[in-house]
Amino acid sequence: MDLQIVLLLGQDGITSGAIYALLALALVLVFAVTRVIFIPQGEFVAFGALTLSSLQAGKLPGTLWLLIGLGAAVAFADISWALRHHKMRRVPLILFYNCGVPILLAGYLLAVSPATLPQPVQVALTLAMVVPIGAMIYRLAYQPIAEASVLMLLIVSVAVHVALIGLGLLFFGAEGSRTTPFTDMSFQIGDAVLQGQTVLVVVASLVLIVALYFYFERTIYGKALRATAMNRTGARLMGISANLAGRLSFMLAALIGAFSGVLIAPITTIYYDSGFLIGLKGFVGAIIGGLASYPIAAAGAILVGLLESFSSFYASAFKEVIVFTLIIPVLLWRSLTSRHVEEEE
Amino acid sequence: MATELGENPVAPVVLDVRDLSVSYGKVEALRGINLSIRKGEIVTVIGPNGAGKTTLLSALMGLLPAKGDISYLGEHQGTDRQVEHLVRHGMTLVPERRELFGEMSVEDNLLLGAFDRYRAGHRDHLETMDQVYDIFPRLLERREQMAGTLSGGERQMLAMGRALVAKPKLLMLDEPSLGLAPLIIKEIFRTIAALTKTGVAILLVEQNARAALHVSDRAYVLETGEISLEGPSKELARDPRVIESYLGLGHRH
Repeated sequence: MDLQIVLLLGQDGITSGAIYALLALALVLVFAVTRVIFIPQGEFVAFGALTLSSLQAGKLPGTLWLLIGLGAAVAFADISWALRHHKMRRVPLILFYNCGVPILLAGYLLAVSPATLPQPVQVALTLAMVVPIGAMIYRLAYQPIAEASVLMLLIVSVAVHVALIGLGLLFFGAEGSRTTPFTDMSFQIGDAVLQGQTVLVVVASLVLIVALYFYFERTIYGKALRATAMNRTGARLMGISANLAGRLSFMLAALIGAFSGVLIAPITTIYYDSGFLIGLKGFVGAIIGGLASYPIAAAGAILVGLLESFSSFYASAFKEVIVFTLIIPVLLWRSLTSRHVEEEE
Repeated sequence: MATELGENPVAPVVLDVRDLSVSYGKVEALRGINLSIRKGEIVTVIGPNGAGKTTLLSALMGLLPAKGDISYLGEHQGTDRQVEHLVRHGMTLVPERRELFGEMSVEDNLLLGAFDRYRAGHRDHLETMDQVYDIFPRLLERREQMAGTLSGGERQMLAMGRALVAKPKLLMLDEPSLGLAPLIIKEIFRTIAALTKTGVAILLVEQNARAALHVSDRAYVLETGEISLEGPSKELARDPRVIESYLGLGHRH
């Protein structure tokens, strides 16, 4: 193999690996805080990419209607809770966040022509539509059964995944789409060409990882999330409610997913169901980290990206097989080296 | 009524419990508990292992469902008492298992003690953390260390410090002396006695009856889920039944 091919494949692998790493981090985060294995993580990638491409095509993305619908359902659930607990003071805020903000967003999108907006604004609008959906899904699907077993939560995850895939088909159709590249720069390194978009994906992923690191290490809300993951009872006694931690972690997972979708949309054609496979590869990374270690999960995800890129060159028919087979030795090694811990109930 | 036995009968009642019962399935762990605590008072609940002491604190904190009438700060509590709501109103529990955040530094553990106050808009956590460091200078020395690596006594100090950062109105301590060396126990109890100057009401659950009776104003004896004796701690310490069951013969301070 010559150096040029290695560089090309390596570049490709690290780009996908960076995205898988982001998703792996989100999966570890959600599992540590809520014990939910978040199968629909990949759907947020697809929703992020396809929402952005709808906006660029000058269409109103279906994501907006999903946001309004879920917002209304959350408002209904939260207001009936507030009525039962005599917390009427909360009603205006509940209405503002769950109904007011989505309607304002809809009003803005109807008033302007989204295709003509500058690209950063389109990205911001995409995130504004997709990210709250994460928290809303937690509120509606997971919060009522937060104390259930991991298996039960997993079953709900499968249901949410299937529902989101169906909605994706309804909103965006069966055709795939790409978005306008953020940059058309490219760099010449020796014989190899380094695409600006590729560099952007890697740099933006790193920036997000560093930002998340600071969020968890330096802010009180980030620390509260880590505390919940470490000791649920201890966190409750500090007034860190499981509901707050759950909503927060799902919102971060949705942010990471949508952000990844926006990043890869210009280099990969994304279909309504592309997210699942992307999420699954992030999941392989997360499993390498035992669904617990962030750095190992991220490194594992990069490995998955590289493995995928090289195997698509040497054995393209077996690309997915090779990637997912990686999980078997990892699981064997983990089950041989780690002590079995009963699920805490 | 228990309240007229208090040290300071004019101080407002912080917690008043009437006819509290808690069941685990069909087993009744607590029956007909009456108990009250005034501001600035140390009240202790002593009793043998398995009498229901920890259950009592868990129920008061909203961690377990309970039947009966609980009023806290003059407000009657509904049936679904929520931990978060009680924390917001200044009730804190230092549980028997401490429940620290083991992979976080001492400083971060303390900071999270102020989480709810921070969320409610208060920004005085650095000040209250400094006060805690004044009370437990050992925590200041260990400030960057992970909570999981602390000794038993330091862990108890951290658990108490973390509760104090929340500026509690009612501080409930579950077996603070459990597993600690005698010298550390002395230090912990000295701190508990000093805390009442801040006006906090303390509910202390202890197996170490001697130390608990010594430090407290009033005491309840809990046996097999029921309160069998109550009164000022000094009187209970002289009660032959308490001496026989909990203090033992020939032991003196």
